[in-house]
Amino acid sequence: MVSPLMAILLFFLVLPVGMILIVSFWQATEFSIIPAFSFENYEFLFGSSVTFRVFMNTFKYAVVTWVFTLLIGFTVAYFLAFHVRTQRWQIALFLLCTIPFWTSNIIRMISWIPFLGRNGIANSALMSWGVTDRPLEWLLFSDFAVILAFVHLYTLFMGVPIFNTMMRIDKSLIEAARDAGANGAQILWNVIVPLTKPGIMIGTIFVITLVMGDFITVRFMSGSQSANVGRLISNDIALLAYPSAAATAIVLLCTVLIVIATLLRFVDIRKEL
Amino acid sequence: MQKELELVSVTKRYGDTVAVDAISHHFKPGGYACLLGPSGCGKSSTLRMIAGHESVSDGSVVLGGKDISHLSPAKRGTAMMFQNYALFPHLSVSENVAFSLKMKGVDKAERLAKAGEMLELVDLSALADRLPDQLSGGQQQRVALARALITRPQVLLLDEPLSALDPFLRIRMRGELRKLQRELGISFLHVTHGQDEALALADEIVVMNNAVIEQAGPAREVFNAPRTAFVAQFMGGHNVIALSDGHFAIRADDVRLTMRDAGELQGNITSVEYQGMHVAIAARIAGDQEVVAMVPDTTFFENPQNPGDAVGLTWDQTKLHKLSA
Repeated sequence: MVSPLMAILLFFLVLPVGMILIVSFWQATEFSIIPAFSFENYEFLFGSSVTFRVFMNTFKYAVVTWVFTLLIGFTVAYFLAFHVRTQRWQIALFLLCTIPFWTSNIIRMISWIPFLGRNGIANSALMSWGVTDRPLEWLLFSDFAVILAFVHLYTLFMGVPIFNTMMRIDKSLIEAARDAGANGAQILWNVIVPLTKPGIMIGTIFVITLVMGDFITVRFMSGSQSANVGRLISNDIALLAYPSAAATAIVLLCTVLIVIATLLRFVDIRKEL
Repeated sequence: MQKELELVSVTKRYGDTVAVDAISHHFKPGGYACLLGPSGCGKSSTLRMIAGHESVSDGSVVLGGKDISHLSPAKRGTAMMFQNYALFPHLSVSENVAFSLKMKGVDKAERLAKAGEMLELVDLSALADRLPDQLSGGQQQRVALARALITRPQVLLLDEPLSALDPFLRIRMRGELRKLQRELGISFLHVTHGQDEALALADEIVVMNNAVIEQAGPAREVFNAPRTAFVAQFMGGHNVIALSDGHFAIRADDVRLTMRDAGELQGNITSVEYQGMHVAIAARIAGDQEVVAMVPDTTFFENPQNPGDAVGLTWDQTKLHKLSA
């Protein structure tokens, strides 16, 4: 007996991944795809320095985005959980944080373009304040723009689980720490941060997987000048090189799984689920 | 030298509501005091103001001649044991106990050694490396106690410390609290809503109701000579009777049953409850008042009574105690 839930998982998760795995061993020429069992795609991937560079670039985006989303997400969650006194205000401010998510990802991303462009609002403001006399070129179509968009898109995914964990911290622990002579920074570091780790970990998993799997943000915000693994796959698909795309996808999937498995060794998130 | 704790018209207001209304009291140094009262009477707010976890709206908290009302909790010379113990779930037992030393910057070897001494005091050395949720309620309480005592407080504040325990453990732990207080010789100030707990533990009982102190004094005095009807009823074991010349309290075990016309009052028995050593007999008297007599079981069964029987109630006039309100 297969329960309905298992059937859904089988059909929508196991089956597609299985198919990708199978296709990754097929061969392809410019005009045909040949069912086979060959390691050609993987040999090509692991033999190419491009793969290595692109993976490194993907990691760089993931790590830098993680640092910024963590700093911003933690600060906002901390403010909401420990400084906002009434629940009504907590809910109101929390909803305020989600307002940007009422529009689509793509629109939020594209709306940065006129803002950051050579003659955009950011540059004209900076020039009128006299901060710079020439438009800053690195504001748009650069790694800066990519990271900015990532941070904007994904901070909420970091903030929400952290906020959720913080709300479960017994307030009397804070008083007990104060009773023991801890100052604000000591309470933060010795009580709140350790107890918030599971939330940080869940947020980290969200952000890392979202950034590692992204291709559209990198394409738009870097003006096609930077690459990550997602773009590698999307380029292969555009060229109908499905076996190669499948192999890259499998390598990416394994990489992300290894990263998450490593992270989970450090923090126990079972209580949060 | 014991430092004395004194409250000088301490007041706590939350907006328009007054939680603690200008209470003044001088606690005897080195004693075990209980703040007793029903929930919402202001006893917890009072304790939290002494601890420094609640600001004082008016008045001051004085310890050893020094006004500590505006000092931070750790600088007051008090330590608090929280109702649910508030142990840090991510730290081991010994790290929990050593927490305040860590905050002071004491190095690891030294603070863990000190924590070891405290754990020995509460008889928990064997569990030093466990996490709090691997301990039973009674063990958690001892960890909380050790954590509070490591700061060498002048006054230990305990907020309903026994309420999370089962009845059997509660009685055992209160014995341990009392013993510990005698050994350490520091003042304990214990908040509770259980009069039996207060009577068993306290040298001094402070009964609070509606944000004020109703009565304060040695346990025996508060129990035997309640000043108000509230104290008499809250301490239990008393009847409050309205007689022609005012309200009186009389202990239930001082009321005797007699022949119908021979007593001070007449009544009809409404219930008879066997309680082991005593039989509790409730009788309805004129004016729709109920009086309970606690009769030793041997006396009762020599001449058993049933609900509906008309009886006389009598007592030694010296036991009747006039109430002021």
